[in-house]
Formats: sequence, C-alpha cells, structure tokens
Amino acid sequence: MTSLSDHAGFLPLAQLPSLVAQLMAHGYQCLGPALENDAIVMRELATADSLPRGLQAEQAPGRYRLTQDPQQRYFAWANGPQAIKPQAFAPQESLWRVERDAAGALTFAAVLPAVRPQAIIGVRACDLAALALQDAHFMRAGRRDAQYAQRREQLFLVAVQCAEPAATCFCASTGDGPTPTAGYDISLAELADGFITVAGSAKGAAVLQALALAPATPQQIETARQQGEAAAAAQTRTLPSHTLRDSLMSQLEHPRWDEVAARCLACGNCTAVCPTCFCHAELDEPALDGLSSEHGRIWDSCFGESHGHLHGFNVRPDIRSRYRQWLTHKLATWHDQFGRSGCVGCGRCIAWCPVGIDLTAEVAALTASEVPS
Amino acid sequence: MNASTIKPRVAVHKFSSCDGCQLALLNLGEDLLTLAERVELVHFAEAGPLNPDTDVDIAFVEGSVSTPEDLERIQHVRAHSRMLIAIGACATSGGIQGLRNNADGAQWIAQIYSHPEAIASLQHSTPIARHVKVDFELWGCPVNSRQMLAVVNALLLGVAPRDNADKVCTECKRHGYPCVMVTRGIPCMGPVTRAGCGALCPGLGRDCYGCYGPAESANTDALAAQFAHLGLTPQAVAQRFQSINSQAPVFLAAAGKARTIRDE
Repeated sequence: MTSLSDHAGFLPLAQLPSLVAQLMAHGYQCLGPALENDAIVMRELATADSLPRGLQAEQAPGRYRLTQDPQQRYFAWANGPQAIKPQAFAPQESLWRVERDAAGALTFAAVLPAVRPQAIIGVRACDLAALALQDAHFMRAGRRDAQYAQRREQLFLVAVQCAEPAATCFCASTGDGPTPTAGYDISLAELADGFITVAGSAKGAAVLQALALAPATPQQIETARQQGEAAAAAQTRTLPSHTLRDSLMSQLEHPRWDEVAARCLACGNCTAVCPTCFCHAELDEPALDGLSSEHGRIWDSCFGESHGHLHGFNVRPDIRSRYRQWLTHKLATWHDQFGRSGCVGCGRCIAWCPVGIDLTAEVAALTASEVPS
Repeated sequence: MNASTIKPRVAVHKFSSCDGCQLALLNLGEDLLTLAERVELVHFAEAGPLNPDTDVDIAFVEGSVSTPEDLERIQHVRAHSRMLIAIGACATSGGIQGLRNNADGAQWIAQIYSHPEAIASLQHSTPIARHVKVDFELWGCPVNSRQMLAVVNALLLGVAPRDNADKVCTECKRHGYPCVMVTRGIPCMGPVTRAGCGALCPGLGRDCYGCYGPAESANTDALAAQFAHLGLTPQAVAQRFQSINSQAPVFLAAAGKARTIRDE
C-alpha cells in the first residue's frame, strides 16, 4: 500500500531547489504553493528557490487562516481553496468557434487550449484521487473531452505526503490519503532534514535520475511511514467506511434536508472547491459584428436555479432539493456511475462553505436513524 | 430592402440616475462603432443624438422614477418603444435614492437645500417595472459593457437575453479568488447577490456589497445569521442589505427582519 518503495531516494532539504530547477530544465512551467489573498494557491514559481516555507493552514467549518509552522516545513499547509482541478478542467474556456463568410456559409472549428508542459509541486493524495475521478469522467472511452485531455496530458505531478492534516480533513476514512499511493510522477515525504523521493512514472524517474540522489535509509523510510500513520490518526472527521449508497437513498424524505436547507446559501462554493465536481454550463458568445460566435463552457453548480431548469419547469426549485442532489450524487449515486464515492476527504466543502456546513455532520445526522413514519 | 433600412432603432433614456450605466455603452470604444453599424442610435443624449419622442425598436432606460416628470415620461417612452430594457440598479430596484423610501424625505430636503420648494421629487423612488411593462432587466450599479453587449447581441439575433441570476460566488470561484468570508471573516454579500460584475470586490480582497441586487434563491436568513456569527450587530446586518438595492424586495425584507431583531 505504501508508496515508500525500495527505490526511494533522499533529497536533502537544501537541494529542494535543484528538483525544481531540474523540472524547469526539462521544459516544465512549474507551479507551486504561493500565498495570495490569505490562502495557499498554486502559482508559477519564478525561480527554483521560491517555494514558501513555514506556512500552515488552520481550517474549521467556514474558516481558513494561515499560521506559522514552528518547524518551518515546506508542505505543512494541508491544502488550499483549490486542488488541481482548474489545471485540467478549466473554469471557463472556449470549445468551438463558428464563422460566417460573405456568402453566409458557416465554418466550425474546435478551439483547443494552448498548453505547455506543466509541473505542479505540492499535490496531495486526495487531489490525486480526485484527479483520477475527473479522468474517469472526462477521458472515458469513446467520450474523450479534447480540451481536458490536452491539459491533463501535459501535467507532471509532484505529490507530497500530508504530515499536518487540517481539522477539516478526513481522507483516511475515505481511503484516499494522507500518503500518496498512485497517480503521481514523483512523490515526496517531508522529513526534518530532507525529502524521501519516489518515482511513480518513467517521466518522474528520469527527473530523479538526473538528481543522482542517495538512496533513502530504512530509518528514513520508517520515519515517513510513521508520519503518514500519525497524520491519519490525527484526523478528527470521518465518513462511514461502508458504502453510503443505500443508507442515503433511503433517507430522501428525512427532515434533516429541510434543516440543512435553512442554513445553506446555495452559493455553490462547495461544488466549485470540490476536486471531483465536474458540472458545467455551455453558452454562446456571438461577436458584435455578427460574423462569428464562440461556444464556451463554464463551471456550473447543482446549487444554481439554471442547473435544474428544464423546458417549462425546474427539477430542483428549492435549496432542499439542490443540497440533497449534491450530497446524494456525491456519496450515493456516484457509486453507480464511477464505482466509488465521489468524496476524497479533502474537507474543502467544509472549510470553504461561508456558513460552515459540515458534510460529515450532515451524513451522520441523515444516517443516524430511520425517519419515524 | 437593403441592410441599412432594417437596422433596429435604439434609444437610450435617462431617468433619475447618475449616468454611470450609460457609460457602459460609451466605454465600449471601438465596439461602439461596430454597434453603430448594426443599429441606428436615434436618441442617446450623452452621446449626441437627440430625438426622445420618436418610435424605436429598443429603448434602454437608465434611472428610477423619482420625480413627477419621470412618472409621465416613462409612459411616453413605453408607448414609443417596441422593447424596453431597464438597465442598472436605479431602473431595476429604485437605486441608492430609494433609501429615502423608508425615511422622511421632505425633512431631508428641508435640511439640505436652502430652497426646498425648488425640489420636485416623489415620496418614493421606484423601479421602472413598477410603472410600465419591462421586457428585460439588467441589474448592476453600474452595469458593465460586457453585459450591455450581450443584451444587444441577443436582441440583434432575435433571442431572449441570458438572465444570469446566479450568485457572485460562481464568478468568484471561476476566477480562483479565495472566499473573503472564510479567509478574513468579513461580511460578504456575494452569496445572495446576482453575478455579472466578475466578482470585482472579492477579487480585490474586500466584501461584496450587493450592488447587483438579489440573486435567485437568495437565502438572506442564513447569510444574516452568519453575519451575526461574525460579530455584526442587528443594525449592521440591516445596513448590509440597505445599500444600492435597498428597495429590492428580497433585500428590503432581510433588512426589515434584522431591524426587528434589534428592536426586540
């Protein structure tokens, strides 16, 4: 299960910039954590040594504050407001364009994003699990999304083990973290004096090979393993380990839906920060001269009125039905669609809900007992 | 019939307002020239053409009905327009001047003007739709050029303009701005406010103040409760809803509810 394999190397702390430099030398635009607007966001690293140190993210329902890590680690910040979803599934983009010539004939052309190879440093195990689900949706056989695929195939992922989960994290209970096990090119585990490195792909192995690292010692590997276990044990929130499909779908008339609807703003922030949510709306933007039009898509949310709008009526006219749709899709019917739950335990929907609705608490309330009939 | 004879005739009328929404058209730059080729701008005082009484296909109306003269003129504009589009907070909710609706307007005038008798204003500032049939409302203080172009384009193509009543949060998240309520604990109106501005204020690290009016399914009770949780007094909560769009029914009710809590 653990990714800390026999082939693990050790990257001394002072040499972290050489890993970034190596990625840059391989032609990757490097994205890493950056402090912006009071949160950790992924931004292009100007130089190989510009990764910030000593940041921690204190999170609670509806609350996110950056604090200082006394140990001055690079990756003690758990997670930020977005996983790597925007890097593959763009928040707004053009899909195709149509032009009308002088004779009135229409010409359609696909619009593909101009992308360059991009390395993302600091990807979490939950982010990787979520990306695998996005892949399953956007790149499924026979229905491959051209724009998503183009971005996705350019990504080089440097994952990190979570040693400091936030209070909102529950990846251990969903089985998706805190130690990355698959889906990365390189995985790092941060120790006091450096990083255990593991290659997860041929691309990753090539980058690590160029660094000519010494092998990690069994003690270092054991320290990282224990660190992962401690991080899992430190998580205070959980989702039930059993499949929630039947227990949630049998509670569709539970009074809790009304109770949560009274608190829910239907702002859709939970869906936007959720690394597995993939809903989008499509719209057309005709040019003012009437000679061309762009057909684009934008992130959409099942919490919006227009999302449930069908001709002549709305299938989800109120907040109750929208919250219920989101939770039952994510945790119940997702199993039918993708063979697993749509929740990877990142806790973003809890921290970034402006009124602090806690999905784990809602599930607990909904499944605690049968509705009295 | 050649192309020039079928250009839609367009008028831009100003009622009680600051003229800021008309700038959404004037600021189009080169696009304004393109627009001028596709429509015939027959009345737009701020841009030059003056012909307020002629029949038009599309009338954009900025401003609220706030004076006795406004009351008569809006009927005249409606009678001479095939489609009437209300633009901006004044035209859609009554605007900032609607704050007087809950106050003693005559006393305010007496306090401020040396010759109060020279002021002819109605007791209430009201939206255009209160007086005449409005075909489409474009919310915002001010509306922006992108919104205006989208409306004009839709009308030129003969389709209904897209009515985006989603919350500001949807735009905030698409831009990747971290939520200011969550990171800084400041009382942002974004979760109950209509999108359209591109999340301008949260993008600058401050709280939305609701200048685009209420969004669909605006859960003002839940937001007011969270504002109280963040430390706002009932009066401060009421004031959050009593700004640019104080007379929009959803915000008016939310402010009233908050004030009731204060009075208890």
